[in-house]
Amino acid sequence: MRMSKIVRTGANLLYPFIIIFGLYVIMHGHLTPGGGFQGGAVVATAAALVIVAYSYQEVTGIIRNVAMKARESVGLLLFIGAGIAALAVGTPFFYNFLANSGLLFGMPVPFGPNPGDLNTAGVIPIMNVAVGIEVWGGLAIILLYMLSSVAKEGS
Amino acid sequence: MIPAFIVENSPALMVIVPLVAAFITPFIGRISHALRSLWVGGAMAVTSAITLILALDVYATGTRLYVFGASAASMALPPDSGGIPIRIIFAVDPMSALMLVITAISGFAIILYSLASERSYSGLESYYTLYLLMITGILGMVSTGDVFNFFVFLEILSLASAGLIAYRIDGGVAVEAALKYFVLSTIGALAILVAIGIYYGEYNALNMAMIAARMQFSLLDQVALVLIIAALAMKCGAVPMHFWTPDAYSMAPSSITALLVVASQASLYGLFRTVFTLYNLSLNAVTVGWLIIILGVLSMVVGVTMAIPQKNVKRLMAYHAVSQTGYMLLGVGVGLAVLGNQSLLDAFGYMAMEGGLFHIINHAMYKGLLFLTAGAIFLRIGTYNLNRMGGLGHSMKWTMVFFVIGALAIAGIPPFNGFASKLMIYESVFIFNPVLAVIAMVVSILTLASFVKVFHSIFMGPRLPEYAEVKEAPLPMLFGMGILAVVVILFGLFPTIVVESLITPAAHALVNQGAYISAILGGA
Repeated sequence: MRMSKIVRTGANLLYPFIIIFGLYVIMHGHLTPGGGFQGGAVVATAAALVIVAYSYQEVTGIIRNVAMKARESVGLLLFIGAGIAALAVGTPFFYNFLANSGLLFGMPVPFGPNPGDLNTAGVIPIMNVAVGIEVWGGLAIILLYMLSSVAKEGS
Repeated sequence: MIPAFIVENSPALMVIVPLVAAFITPFIGRISHALRSLWVGGAMAVTSAITLILALDVYATGTRLYVFGASAASMALPPDSGGIPIRIIFAVDPMSALMLVITAISGFAIILYSLASERSYSGLESYYTLYLLMITGILGMVSTGDVFNFFVFLEILSLASAGLIAYRIDGGVAVEAALKYFVLSTIGALAILVAIGIYYGEYNALNMAMIAARMQFSLLDQVALVLIIAALAMKCGAVPMHFWTPDAYSMAPSSITALLVVASQASLYGLFRTVFTLYNLSLNAVTVGWLIIILGVLSMVVGVTMAIPQKNVKRLMAYHAVSQTGYMLLGVGVGLAVLGNQSLLDAFGYMAMEGGLFHIINHAMYKGLLFLTAGAIFLRIGTYNLNRMGGLGHSMKWTMVFFVIGALAIAGIPPFNGFASKLMIYESVFIFNPVLAVIAMVVSILTLASFVKVFHSIFMGPRLPEYAEVKEAPLPMLFGMGILAVVVILFGLFPTIVVESLITPAAHALVNQGAYISAILGGA
């Protein structure tokens, strides 16, 4: 079921770059187009690429089902956790308590046209990261399940 | 007594607790199965407790607001927003509180039951995760004050339900039922999404109170109304959009079927909320009222006549669920039809609505109980086929008692709760239109006939040799059924207290659109 050497080498080369690009889209979700879901989908395409290039047995060694399921849950828990943290500081659920606080992602946004500062927007980047992790895990699991039935038919 | 923190944040906590618990469940399940049972049971108990605290608080102090992401929970209108509620708001009025009470009681009883009934099946971490997500969806749907948020929770509910209907694959039959449910739910949800798009384009708002305050009832609003009524009537299983209910209800595990009944009631809540809160007097109350009455009468008659020839006990009960939904639509429809006329509303309109709303909570209790007894029987003998049952009254005495309570309640026999709400519907609908009341009574008699037959074929007769070894259902299952049975009896014995404390505030909250709007937008 594995593809030709050209495809495999190409996949090997592209794999880190796709992941880096996906992580970039996640991390800059509050500044540039895209965000957690879009970036997570990009990262998951890296998984799709190696799944296409290699066989199911080889891929499950690298991308493990359990690890992806864990990502799914951890992402969702991080997202809700960001909301619950607002309860802990005495404000309603999902209140953006980090914005303009000077802490993590807490710089005030400068007025007027500016290149955009990564260290702004409070809990929004944290939620983007959470969604990114969740989508990465979720989409990878869907791909793995689909491929597992193909692998069964092939054998 | 109860910490102020919990009371203040209860609208958020009742959604947070099941959500967090749902996503931690897979990790806990890796440690030990007993710990997971404890975890999900505890999480559901906490959720129910918070939900009941919130509901009692709403009944005591009036509509509660919870604004997500604001600097204070009651700040619906941010100072720089120009008087528009831009955030997602939970607006819990007595009508929502009624639905919260239903969900809290049923959700807790059913999880107790599930802990025993599902013990021997695999894939339980997904089962409990999806169960808690269903609870989240229902609680969110009935508390939200934002139409788009309603759609989101509806989708959470539909996805989780579809997964759980397919949970026992059963040679693919359950998967087929789940697919049918899922496709129909998606079509319905898309119709609702289009309607929400219409509101947003027209009024620049997603908040229910804001849309209600700006409602003009233009042609576009009429289109949106039709889309929402069609989609939610389908979701609550009203004839002629009922065809998914027998499949989904009969193929899902019985515990999930009981929760699907509550989920259908949540859709019914959405329907009433749209008609009464979003539109209220701006729509032609007589026409829409009669439309809902006709949907109700069709559901009652078609549901019960389809139920009588069924051989599968759960399909039979599913058709009865369709039929009972008709009573709720009939009662509330009559209330809507006389909405503009205060004297008629006082004479019988409120009573009809109270009957319909009372029937919602009663139905969730006794129909849930009946489905749970069907599940207990299936657990012990492995079939739903009525022709292959018999003589189980010898060995499953408690299950038989619970079944009798549920069956008498659904048939409207005193002193059970079905009688109380049906009597209110009969009396008030008779003044409105005697023919409708007669139809309702005939349907009730047919229901009784049908359940006498079912009771006889399951429990009566000599002990069958193939079921000689059958034992009573496990204790947690009996506890789960017992909670619902006790509620059925208490509501039947003291209907006045329940109606006065729970139902009347709900009916008035539904009719009084102005109060809902001013609770969110301030004294308009």
